[in-house]
Amino acid sequence: MATATAQTATRTAHTALEPRMLRQMLLIRRFEEKAAEAYALGKIGGFCHLYIGQEAVAVGSLTALRDDDYVISSYREHGQALARGVSANAVMAELFGKATGCSSGKGGSMHLFDAGKRFLGGHGIVGGHIPLAAGLGFAIRYKGGDQLCICYFGEAAVNIGAFHETLNMASVYKLPVIFCCENNRYGMGTAFERVAAVTDVVEHACSYDMAAELVNGMDVLAVHAATQRAVERARKGGHPTLLEVRTYRYMGHSMSDPLHGVYRTKEEVEEQRKRDPISQLAMKLKEEGALDQAALDALDAEVHAEVEEAVRFADQSPDPDPAELTTHVLAD
Amino acid sequence: MEALSPTMEEGRVVKWHKQDGDPVKTGETLAEVETDKAVMDLVARADGVLRQVAVAEGQTVPVGSVVAVIASPGETVGVSVAAAPPPAAAPSGGGMRDAGSGMRDAGGMAPTLADVARVKASPLAKRIAREAGVDLKLVTGSGPGGRVVKRDVEGSASRALAPAAAPAVVESHPASRIPHPAPLGLPLPERTGAAYQDVPLTQIRKTIAKRLATSLGPIPHFFLTTEVDMERAADARDALNKQLGDQGKVSFNDIIIKATALALTKHPACNAWFQETHIRYWHEVHIGMAVAVEDGLITPVIRNAELKSLADIGREAKELAEKARSRRLQPTEYTGSTFSVSNLGMFDIDQFTAVINPPEAGILAVGSIVQKPVVVDGQPAARRRMRITMSCDHRVIDGATGAAFLKTLKQMLENPLAMLL
Amino acid sequence: MATLTYRDALNQALREEMQRDPNVFLMGEEVGVYQGAYKVSRGLLEEFGPMRIVDTPIAELGFAGIGVGAAMGGLRPVIEFMTWNFAVLALDQIVNSAAKILYESGGQVPIPIVFRGPNGAALQLGAQHSQAWESWLSHIPGLKVVAPATPADAKGLLKSAIRDNNPVIVLEGEMLYNNKGEVPEGEHIVPIGQADVKRPGRDVTLICHSKTVAVALKAADQLAEREGVSAEVLDLRSLRPLDEPAILASVARTNRAVVVEEGWPHAGLGAQVVDVIQREAFDQLDAPVLRVTQADVPMPYNKQLERLAKASPERVVAAVRRVLYLD
Repeated sequence: MATATAQTATRTAHTALEPRMLRQMLLIRRFEEKAAEAYALGKIGGFCHLYIGQEAVAVGSLTALRDDDYVISSYREHGQALARGVSANAVMAELFGKATGCSSGKGGSMHLFDAGKRFLGGHGIVGGHIPLAAGLGFAIRYKGGDQLCICYFGEAAVNIGAFHETLNMASVYKLPVIFCCENNRYGMGTAFERVAAVTDVVEHACSYDMAAELVNGMDVLAVHAATQRAVERARKGGHPTLLEVRTYRYMGHSMSDPLHGVYRTKEEVEEQRKRDPISQLAMKLKEEGALDQAALDALDAEVHAEVEEAVRFADQSPDPDPAELTTHVLAD
Repeated sequence: MEALSPTMEEGRVVKWHKQDGDPVKTGETLAEVETDKAVMDLVARADGVLRQVAVAEGQTVPVGSVVAVIASPGETVGVSVAAAPPPAAAPSGGGMRDAGSGMRDAGGMAPTLADVARVKASPLAKRIAREAGVDLKLVTGSGPGGRVVKRDVEGSASRALAPAAAPAVVESHPASRIPHPAPLGLPLPERTGAAYQDVPLTQIRKTIAKRLATSLGPIPHFFLTTEVDMERAADARDALNKQLGDQGKVSFNDIIIKATALALTKHPACNAWFQETHIRYWHEVHIGMAVAVEDGLITPVIRNAELKSLADIGREAKELAEKARSRRLQPTEYTGSTFSVSNLGMFDIDQFTAVINPPEAGILAVGSIVQKPVVVDGQPAARRRMRITMSCDHRVIDGATGAAFLKTLKQMLENPLAMLL
Repeated sequence: MATLTYRDALNQALREEMQRDPNVFLMGEEVGVYQGAYKVSRGLLEEFGPMRIVDTPIAELGFAGIGVGAAMGGLRPVIEFMTWNFAVLALDQIVNSAAKILYESGGQVPIPIVFRGPNGAALQLGAQHSQAWESWLSHIPGLKVVAPATPADAKGLLKSAIRDNNPVIVLEGEMLYNNKGEVPEGEHIVPIGQADVKRPGRDVTLICHSKTVAVALKAADQLAEREGVSAEVLDLRSLRPLDEPAILASVARTNRAVVVEEGWPHAGLGAQVVDVIQREAFDQLDAPVLRVTQADVPMPYNKQLERLAKASPERVVAAVRRVLYLD
């Protein structure tokens, strides 16, 4: 009885959250697909690092945070920005370099900022933002609050000096930081093994006497749960956590529609579940009766429309005024 | 800006005949342009609409600069034309037109005077010199490589003027041993008005300056003078004018031109051009006739003067002088002379020496005709006499050659009928 | 007026600013328990506690980045590098984070941080511990760079730097810490971007900063005594932004300039000063602008060789003689 109640309770609690998570992941997916298209059309220049397949990490973790927590990421941060609540319009406009972009067109794909949402970039140097996260944690501790800072980076950053220096100091100073390493080892799997003496990132944590957890990054609920544990650790005692979130190399694309899946065999279904975080959650919700196919289709259509609108908005937005070239170099 | 004369390097827009937005047709005059010699028309070379007029009336620009754009109707001309630098190579439309056989000078011209002597001086020394009116070329530089520096110019300048903008100097510094310009407070005379007025050189003055500077200096001139009895020439003139009536008039100058031309046919050694590697002896005689214009001098040419009648010469000379004074001469009308004549008789000048017009080898300077007591057949008589002086380029004409020509000319003038021989 | 050492002037500045604004904190190696590698932070740990005077491990990149992050989070960090030689390790955070985040974010995130420490050569410390970073750091838009030469300027400029809402680099000098000088009582602020005529003169302008100010002053003395030349000594104080009007006003007075700088000649800070002068004061110049710099070599250990490598009053006098055409 108690178990059933607990399960129902959990399910109820999730009823509101899971569809929200699904929508967010779907938004990220459709947005990134559109960004890929826009890049191919020359509307986006320079670098454009896509988050396709990793949506569960951003969505699962950020839904466990508060609005007054800080979020900081690497250059592959479109997913985190959208999951944090930066509007698709503002992100797309920034990718297009327009004045209405979240960084006024001066940052681009790798430097998305939204101070109001405490989304602090968007940083181009591998591992360069990791110390910044600790600095934000330091500021929180200094002022005596219970906020925290979550920091996203890929497994490659684990080898750079800044990672080691920062995690050491985060532990020494007891900084409320969640270091979230998104490891798609199997995609770059072979490569990572060639350059890393230790390929299980969680094992680094012992060098810093830091709590660590290995997480299945394709399961948004698993990510969410692990993040909640790290959040607890940070808010209660200001302790940092190293999360190694494993994602799989994803061949996902608009061609492989995550919501429908015309599968011939059970094996293929399982295959699809394992590979696509959006598929996984969608199928779970369907099976539970929380959402039917029509609702899922409607959701997808809604998200598509939002993304289309973002493109339209970005297209129609003006370029920054040439006078903006020399503004914001120095603060007043 | 097209090269409207072969020697033109820059042009001054005098008057626009078309405004921005006006339709233009090929051949229509767009503007009047003052060249180094005369005012010429800049014509349209295409049909269309005039746009982007970049040069204002009164403004001078180098040949090759873009002064306007002829656009197709409805075409938007993008980047401001005025911002574009003048094209480096030959311009598209007119370009340097070869004025027929009159192609002279441009290639062989020496570099402009400004390049001749570059003075090495510090920027400050240049400024001090400029302000004090000191000629840097006359100052010896004591800096490295002969660089003229402040202390060198100060010797020349300090007597004259206090330095410009010497701000208050803080007193609490160690005494300086370095000479500084005399302190302000030298008593200077009171002046009520400006001491001088600078008038920019017009195109014609620039040209005169340039050409003559390359004449008197480089060309080894020598001068031959003789006095001519003009009684018979005077009689002949009266008779001819009576005959012509109101058909025209012959002046002394016309007679002189004709006689000169004929004399040159007999002394072709004087009818020549000095060219760097050879001398061109002309078989035709084209006499350049110096005409004073408002702010200078120009030499329209009477072509084939040896073949033309006095009446024709008279008519032509008058026409050309008119055109010269109203700045309407075409390049073909003032280039190509083989010998020049300059007459200052109307100014009561007894005699003078003229400067050769390169690449010609000689020029005749004609003084006024005056009544003088002379001895004729042993008896004193009052005769109308005229002194003429020939300037010769010694590289082409020797003393005897020049003298022989002058003798022939004198004979023709003293006995005009001899011109018929 | 009080007579203080340069070190104590900095100490006073830190203390006063930390008392004034609770968001100011100091972070670096040995700043706390050890009282500062050069004792600049003496007594501060006792007064402000370990949250505000933070000892770090040897991890320049890490703690410089933590400083930047803290600034992003609303604090006003002062990051001390034991010497600027080690700050090379932190350049990614200074240049790519501190200098650029405001611009990249379209003006949303200012970084009010100070990076300070001793810069340039001392005595026989060898090549890796003697580098002058003026040129590298002054090159970066988004940074401000100051180099105080006297105790009064040290106090005034550090206070300005801490109050500035931008990343400010403060270049001190190990050889300067012991120098004594008059420091005004009370609130003493030196604005960033303002040069200072340390000695007026008429015949030549000696443009210098930090340790070369003393060199220039010595040269000026020699020139006055032996050559009857009156040299004006202009202490830049601020390297980015440069006080161009002060430079040009001085050259207008003297018509001659010699730049005396630490750091190597090629693309050094003096090259920027020369550019300003030749571009804006061309007609004032009676001679080319000369520079007296460190020799274009890694700093040698031997005492004599090191002396030869550095800018010296003798070399300045020789340059002045050249621009005055006295040779």
